[in-house]
Amino acid sequence: MAQALDPHAAIVTEASGLAPEGALKTADGQPLARALARSSRRARRRAFLLVLPLLAFILITFVLPIGQMLQRSVKNDGFSANMPQISAWFHANPRGTEPDEVAWGALAADLKASAEAKTIGVVGTRINYEMAGTRSLFTSAGRKVRDGLAPPYREAVLALDEKWGDPKLWSVMREASSPYTGNFYLAAMDRTRDAEGNMVQAPEEQRIYIRLFMRTFWLSAVITCTTFLLGFPIAHLLATLPMRKSNLLMILVLLPFWTSLLVRTTAWMVLLQQQGVVNDILVWLGVIRDDQRLQMIFNQTGTIIAMTHILLPFMILPLYSVMRTINPSYVRAARSLGATSWTAFRRIYFPQTLPGLGAGALLVFILAVGYYITPALVGGSSGQLISNMIAMHMTQTLNWSLAAALAALLLLGVLALYWVYDRLVGIDNLKLG
Amino acid sequence: MALPTYATKLERLWHYTYLVICAAIFFFLIAPIVVVIPLSFNVEPYFTFTDKMLSFDASGYSMRWYDSLLTFGMAKPEAPRDLSWWADVWQNAKWVQAAKSSLIVGFFATIVATVLGTLAALGLSRPEMPYRRAIMAILISPMIVPIIITATGMFFFYSNPCEPLTWIGLNPQCGRLAGTYLGVILAHATLGIPFVIITVTATLVGFDQSLARAAASLGANPRTTFFRIIMPLILPGVISGALFAFVTSFDEVVAVLFIAGPDQQTIPRQMWNGIREQISPAILAVATLLVIFSVALLTVVEMLRRRSERLRGVTPH
Repeated sequence: MAQALDPHAAIVTEASGLAPEGALKTADGQPLARALARSSRRARRRAFLLVLPLLAFILITFVLPIGQMLQRSVKNDGFSANMPQISAWFHANPRGTEPDEVAWGALAADLKASAEAKTIGVVGTRINYEMAGTRSLFTSAGRKVRDGLAPPYREAVLALDEKWGDPKLWSVMREASSPYTGNFYLAAMDRTRDAEGNMVQAPEEQRIYIRLFMRTFWLSAVITCTTFLLGFPIAHLLATLPMRKSNLLMILVLLPFWTSLLVRTTAWMVLLQQQGVVNDILVWLGVIRDDQRLQMIFNQTGTIIAMTHILLPFMILPLYSVMRTINPSYVRAARSLGATSWTAFRRIYFPQTLPGLGAGALLVFILAVGYYITPALVGGSSGQLISNMIAMHMTQTLNWSLAAALAALLLLGVLALYWVYDRLVGIDNLKLG
Repeated sequence: MALPTYATKLERLWHYTYLVICAAIFFFLIAPIVVVIPLSFNVEPYFTFTDKMLSFDASGYSMRWYDSLLTFGMAKPEAPRDLSWWADVWQNAKWVQAAKSSLIVGFFATIVATVLGTLAALGLSRPEMPYRRAIMAILISPMIVPIIITATGMFFFYSNPCEPLTWIGLNPQCGRLAGTYLGVILAHATLGIPFVIITVTATLVGFDQSLARAAASLGANPRTTFFRIIMPLILPGVISGALFAFVTSFDEVVAVLFIAGPDQQTIPRQMWNGIREQISPAILAVATLLVIFSVALLTVVEMLRRRSERLRGVTPH
């Protein structure tokens, strides 16, 4: 390994001066340029081989699962796989075709087959994603068609339920007849398709996701600002104190950093409750009356306070490492040239902290945008972020494709920020304590 | 940070205000962590200081919540506390089981993350490494990508690890990784790897390559050079990376919620359930133990950092 670290040295020292052709050669008579190229190729290969196992590991356990999630966001074959005949009819006939007797017959046959295969629930769920209240339509039809329907099928199916004639339902079924669809992304952006298949805004009361994305970004921005306001003085103090003292105080920053996230969140729940320590102190101080205890948790305030506390070290550490390198004589020079301390700070000191500020702010913002645990525990309903919605669709409504689409949109935003971070700061400069 | 002698009165005033503000922020950072410790000894099932606690009356304090950590889930908690009682604790107590699960997962995840991460960091810090920036970005991304997204992807992947093979036309059958220790260990190793990479590459930045060359010129083969020269020098970085990876695993709850089965009930998962269902001061007792644990870890990491700086000749500024 060590020889490989600097193969050039050996070759250059052994190079036998100018060869007859005028090209440099190595001891064993090869042109030097080629030997150098080969040895640098070998060095590159060796370095790459060291990284390869981990790269393969990350590709399999991390990148591949995310790929699978992205696939899930555009693919849902709950309808198309279990209702093959009606799906085939949709493919054969363009949009706008009135369902004819063939279509109704295919629908009746598929309903029967699907009910027998016990997949009718899956089919109903798939349609229900895009048209609420239709799951029971499918399951009850499934129960009734066990014995088969007699032609004319149109009348027979409509006799099960009038709703089968709804053009919107047929439009949704057409959408679902292909396993691949972009409709989950539309839903994630509060859009839907009308009976003619045009993209329209979802009804007012169902437009929740864009608002939630906005809230996530807004709260993350607020948290970034509060961590900056609290982190800047601390980083400045730590950077200007003598090393011995600042190392001691640094422990106060690093201890929360090393403490379990759940412990810190629990601590805030305990402190901020209506019967908690903070309210007790405020009552005792006479700031508020006992019957007016503040609601500081299970809302946005709780999310902001707890997340500020949890993300504060991520602001302080990069700021600190930049402030350490700032030469104090610049500020002194400014003062000696007549600047007030405020001017010296504003014009000389602060601009030099910007790299650290940018690094800290971006890191805090990136981490805040994807936060899940803290908002889930202290956020109530108004302090929930987009991550909580993704978790809800994964674990409660079981609309995995919508969860995947929401996650893909969030991922897009985070990767864009990550790219900016890499450009401005460089991921090699990421430091942990 | 001494005030210069030429400071005006206003500047002096501001300076002291500034120190007070800093003290308040330090208080904000530390107080929530410190406050859970006395509350975990509360004799009442409340999350606030009772009058007895405030007057330092011994009857206001008790170990009952710590005791409940042992008895919760036991078959015969009322039995006399002899050897068989402790055997019962070891076998059945929920929090003890959780600690066991957490330690198993954490231990193996740390090993995987540290071995792979250290090798990769050695490669990444070589100047010849091709596509360094892009590969580094991929390897760090598990730390940047929101955990809920990672967990969602893992949920799909671990419940059917062979599905991606169907994309290229294969159709093999394989078992689920979800609900197994192996699955959780792999997931946690993935999440811990960025921390190992960051700490080990940071140690290697100051690494003097001529030491390795010197070893080679004295006749050491690459393996001897690695184990006798490189490893001892980067060991502090490797150990702090390993500790980071362990803490990441030990504190991780989202991936566990998504891919673990009932057998992999780790401490954070148990806490999560406890907080969401019936939050009791028993949670604070666990929290206190975890705070003590993190103080111990922080001490080790700080000692390692100073040792590493001394070894590499990095003098404090």
